Amino acid sequence: MTTTLTPVLSASWDADHSWSLSSYQRTGGYRGLRKALSMAPADIIAMVKDSGLRGRGGAGFPAGMKWSFLPAPDGGPRYLVINADESEPGTCKDIPLIMANPHSLLEGIAITSFAIGCHHAFIYIRGEVLHATRRLQHAVAEAYDAGLLGTNVLGTGFDLDVTVHAGAGAYICGEETALLDSLEGLRGQPRLKPPFPAVAGLYARPTVVNNVETIASVPGILRGGAAWFAAMGTERSQGHGLFSLSGHVERPGQYEAPLGITLRELLEMAGGVRQGHQLKFWTPGGSSTPIFTAEHLDVPLDYESVGKAGSMLGTRALQIFDETVSVVRAVTRWLEFYKHESCGKCTPCREGTYWLVAVLKRLEAGEGRPGDLEVLADSTDNILGRAFCPLGDAACSPVQSGLQYFREEFEAGMHTPADVLFPPEKSSLFAYTPRSRAQLAGVH
Amino acid sequence: MTVTTPRSGAATPLVPAAPPATEPEPTATVTFSIDGIETTVPKGTLVIRAAEQLGIQIPRFCDHPLLAPAGACRQCLVEVWAPRGDQLAKFPKPQASCTLEATPGMVVKTQRTSPEADKAQHGIIEFLLINHPLDCPVCDKGGECPLQNQAMSNGRATSRFVDAKRTYAKPINISTQILLDRERCILCQRCTRFQDEIAGDQFIDLQKRGWQQQIGRFDTGILGIRGELPVGESSMDASGQPFASYFSGNTVQICPVGALTSAAYRFRSRPFDLVSTPSIAEHDSQGSAIRIDHRRGVVLRRLSDNDPAVNAEFVTDKDRFAFPWQAGKDRLTAPQVREDGVLHATSLTEAIDAAAAGLAAALAKGGAAVLPGGRLPLEDAYAYAKFARVALRTNDVDHRARPHSAEEAAFLAHHVAGRTLDVTFADLDVAPAVLFVGLEPEEEGGILFLRLRQGLRRTKGQVFTVAPFASRGVARLDGTLLSAAPGTEAEVLDGIAEGADGPLGAAAAGLAKPGAVVLVGERAATVPGALSAALRLATRTGARLAWVPRRAGERGAVEAGTLPGLLPGGRPVADTAARVDMAAAWGVESLPSEPGRDLTAILQAAADGQIAALVVGGLEVADLPDPELARRALDRAFVVSLEVLPSEVTQRADVVLPVAPPVEKPGTFVTWEGRPRPFPQVLVSTALTDARMLDALADALGTPLGLRSLAQVHDELDQLGGWDGARAEAPDEAAAEPPAVDETQAVLATWHLLLDAGRLQGGEPFLAGTAKRSAARLSAATAAALCVADDEHVTVSTDAGAVTLPVLVTDMPDRVVWVPTNAADCAVRETLRADAGDVVRLARADEASALDEKEVTA
Repeated sequence: MTTTLTPVLSASWDADHSWSLSSYQRTGGYRGLRKALSMAPADIIAMVKDSGLRGRGGAGFPAGMKWSFLPAPDGGPRYLVINADESEPGTCKDIPLIMANPHSLLEGIAITSFAIGCHHAFIYIRGEVLHATRRLQHAVAEAYDAGLLGTNVLGTGFDLDVTVHAGAGAYICGEETALLDSLEGLRGQPRLKPPFPAVAGLYARPTVVNNVETIASVPGILRGGAAWFAAMGTERSQGHGLFSLSGHVERPGQYEAPLGITLRELLEMAGGVRQGHQLKFWTPGGSSTPIFTAEHLDVPLDYESVGKAGSMLGTRALQIFDETVSVVRAVTRWLEFYKHESCGKCTPCREGTYWLVAVLKRLEAGEGRPGDLEVLADSTDNILGRAFCPLGDAACSPVQSGLQYFREEFEAGMHTPADVLFPPEKSSLFAYTPRSRAQLAGVH
Repeated sequence: MTVTTPRSGAATPLVPAAPPATEPEPTATVTFSIDGIETTVPKGTLVIRAAEQLGIQIPRFCDHPLLAPAGACRQCLVEVWAPRGDQLAKFPKPQASCTLEATPGMVVKTQRTSPEADKAQHGIIEFLLINHPLDCPVCDKGGECPLQNQAMSNGRATSRFVDAKRTYAKPINISTQILLDRERCILCQRCTRFQDEIAGDQFIDLQKRGWQQQIGRFDTGILGIRGELPVGESSMDASGQPFASYFSGNTVQICPVGALTSAAYRFRSRPFDLVSTPSIAEHDSQGSAIRIDHRRGVVLRRLSDNDPAVNAEFVTDKDRFAFPWQAGKDRLTAPQVREDGVLHATSLTEAIDAAAAGLAAALAKGGAAVLPGGRLPLEDAYAYAKFARVALRTNDVDHRARPHSAEEAAFLAHHVAGRTLDVTFADLDVAPAVLFVGLEPEEEGGILFLRLRQGLRRTKGQVFTVAPFASRGVARLDGTLLSAAPGTEAEVLDGIAEGADGPLGAAAAGLAKPGAVVLVGERAATVPGALSAALRLATRTGARLAWVPRRAGERGAVEAGTLPGLLPGGRPVADTAARVDMAAAWGVESLPSEPGRDLTAILQAAADGQIAALVVGGLEVADLPDPELARRALDRAFVVSLEVLPSEVTQRADVVLPVAPPVEKPGTFVTWEGRPRPFPQVLVSTALTDARMLDALADALGTPLGLRSLAQVHDELDQLGGWDGARAEAPDEAAAEPPAVDETQAVLATWHLLLDAGRLQGGEPFLAGTAKRSAARLSAATAAALCVADDEHVTVSTDAGAVTLPVLVTDMPDRVVWVPTNAADCAVRETLRADAGDVVRLARADEASALDEKEVTA
């Protein structure tokens, strides 16, 4: 059976001014909110639970269950915080979604807020994406003007304020508790759990933190029903999701499909790997997820199957690398990212990434020493599961999976530089002269 | 070997020891196992604490029992299993035992029984060491370093790291005292958490991120802190601001590596060369437990000791660093006798004989008086009290070398003497409300401030203060100001009544709660009626009332009876039965019955020639209410001075008897609570105690005291007990009318800062650099009337002199000016001969006159 695309969130992305309120309403936008406001909040939560919607931010925690963890109302405020701090290498779904259809997110926020009894929702958006922030702010203003947000939403007496907050550019702030600290104006570092955000989150009040795509999927469930949503995908990974294909692929972009689709199917839709080249390795869900190879082309891209095959579905960021790419070089770039973005709170992530990068750069330069591969393996083992938050684990994935599938390339780092084995210009789409480090210095 | 002989009669010590603290019975317990040993702990106990109870040491860096768990260093990882259904399920990852609360049936395996936990710990140590310099041989922490120790016990023998280590410029002067070597730092955040959670001085915090993460300073301007910058220079960071906290030395002690060091101790010694002796700090009435480390007879450093009942594990920087005075180069070593107007060194025998002869002559023509000063241990104070009554046959004895009043003497006799451990630190921990009167908790009792801050954070108690402005210390206690211009405190106290408006009503409601406490400081003595009003307030609200003096010896001296109206144990001189009681104990026929004179009256009488001799202990003339009067008195009378360091008193003395500083003698300080804090002798010394010296002097006078040895003093103290007869009447003094001030004048407000020009802080320039810069605080309206703004100068003057200081505009009553009492550039009593509540002249100082003034005061 061939899986086909199921455009829901992306259905109207090709419309004229798809980001405007009028365009969104022409295609049925905010009907879900009208329906939700006529329902009992508990019924909305039950509906989302029944739909099987799982968090689209990477961990895949059932959204309805997360909402039901909030303690009973005590008269104080409760918050919904949207995690739009999309910063993972390879992951590029939330920003396009906000650019093309921000109102699907706002409608989801309104529905979710109504369901959990929240009257002030926050969108924590990555600081670097100014264009997306502007579009989001514009959409919020439109929604306020149309009475879809603010006091007395759609005349129902429900009040909801939405604040768009731009982060300052730290990967760690995508971790929900670091995000909350940052939102409160503190240094963005993960908090000790418990208490979990559901009990003491933003300003120590009960808080739901969800990913952009998760919440943007909620209006569709209200419009189409839980059964419609659950009919898509696999038994335990239900619904549709954005699959972001990037790298050595003919037609990179967002492919919205039911969970459980395979890379082979997605590649067919995307015109295949770059002409004249073969798939060498790929990430199923961004740089934090262990890499896959061509042998995994038929692994259904749902939470369980990918997990069983030794990786994680993550954010469905499918980075495609063909045979011209050095695994050592790719892994080194990723690790430099993790070293740069480690928040510094805990020892394994802070010091471990520093060490791993030092070893990897040596291997990339062909100057590896005896024992380096053992150090890579043992250090990642000492980081994995020892760090304060999952970001330490994330840094281990590329190294461990790289060693698992391409150990000989790391061994080659003992004598031959990676750019001799895999000249970088062969990987590029067009001819270019690689910039030297000196030119790059100071750029980041 | 100690020989104890059974004693006859009632054995009630003069200052009884506190009963051992009783652990509250836990309401709920948890039973679980660590390394196969089953243990039961109170619910909420962290696994790492429970393991300690079993004697299992799990390595750790960021964990500190008095700080909130952080889980940052990940060193304390253990393998954990928890029951799920009928089975035990293993946690997929090793858990940090410093953040993990024990749950019923949990099975914990530490590095002793779990290869997984052991490997995890080895891995973390290896990570910590990759960027840590191998400079242990020159590092102050080497030899007592948790990183060094745990690298040996829980780390790999060799390093696999061959790449370049992270380096930084070193060291950063966080302040003149605290130095930071960033490359040694393992970023456990103990220092920042201490400054945030305990001290409330959030001057340092993490900066940057990842491998570049480091401890750095904030811009205090951004934090809205004005004015209270340190005296000393420190190197600049990106924001150009220095670190200033009275508690900063604690960060050096709790740092688990050598990243934070003190300038005073840096590169001075190796820990294994030091001999450590537990002791008690001599700088305040808090009785902080400290540890004194010395090498070959030289004290090299002091650390906080651990006493949960008093100072927990923290001390003020003054207690930690201000010790060089005891070994100052100018220490008095030989007795001196004045001959032909010049002091000559002589033998002890000759000096004692000369002193005895002088005193005997004085007794024949008007008598002699005793001024022991407020810094003595209980034993020495007791010797002065006995010496005055038995050898000099007088009640003219007063230890209050500071502004005092008859009202205060009555208050001490009525409410303080003989009532030990009435209000304790533990009571403050749970107090729903605390009111300060004439007391700045941070400046005048550092540990009081820390304990209150801990307690109030837990109990959400309220703090109120009767003061002209809310200091930063009070603000960090979230205190509410009951604004009072100097002199009007009594009026404000009487205004605290149920139903009163605003903060006064809130204070009344707070103090009415069971467990509420009113704390009055020694400065209350400068306000007529304030102590009477405090007593009335306590009666009216039911709040308990305690007196918190500044100096270490004040509380013990009240018990020892070095007040004109009080004999030991709170026995009133005026009470015949009390005198008979004491006369019997001392084996004399009778005690002098006429009431003694207080310090000012004694000095006046000596200046007038009515008192012919003075026996003076450790006190500074400049601390006295009227230094000029004191000088006249000392010039006229025959003076026997018992001193450690040369002073204005020794310069004017006829006989100088050098005595031992606390580090060279055993003794007992008594805290403001009335808690005895015995301390042993640290250094071998030939110096004699005040008590021993007075005993010899009394012998020479033919009236033996029988206080030759410490054992003899203790024998007497242990027999005396308190007074069970009638107490002295409560003072009932009316409040004075506040003085009228015109537009050129202001009412003076002043108090001592913790770090100032005090004699006992001498010889420590690094500490002096962390003192606050002097400033004159004015209200915005007063400043506007003078046309001055922040940092411009004003001159505060009286007929006696003037001080010129930069202005710090503060929310406070108009026409009131606050200046520090005894800063290096602002000695209020000496220069202005004025004190709180007095009217002074206030004028704008232009640049030229500001310079002139500086030259004049210099």
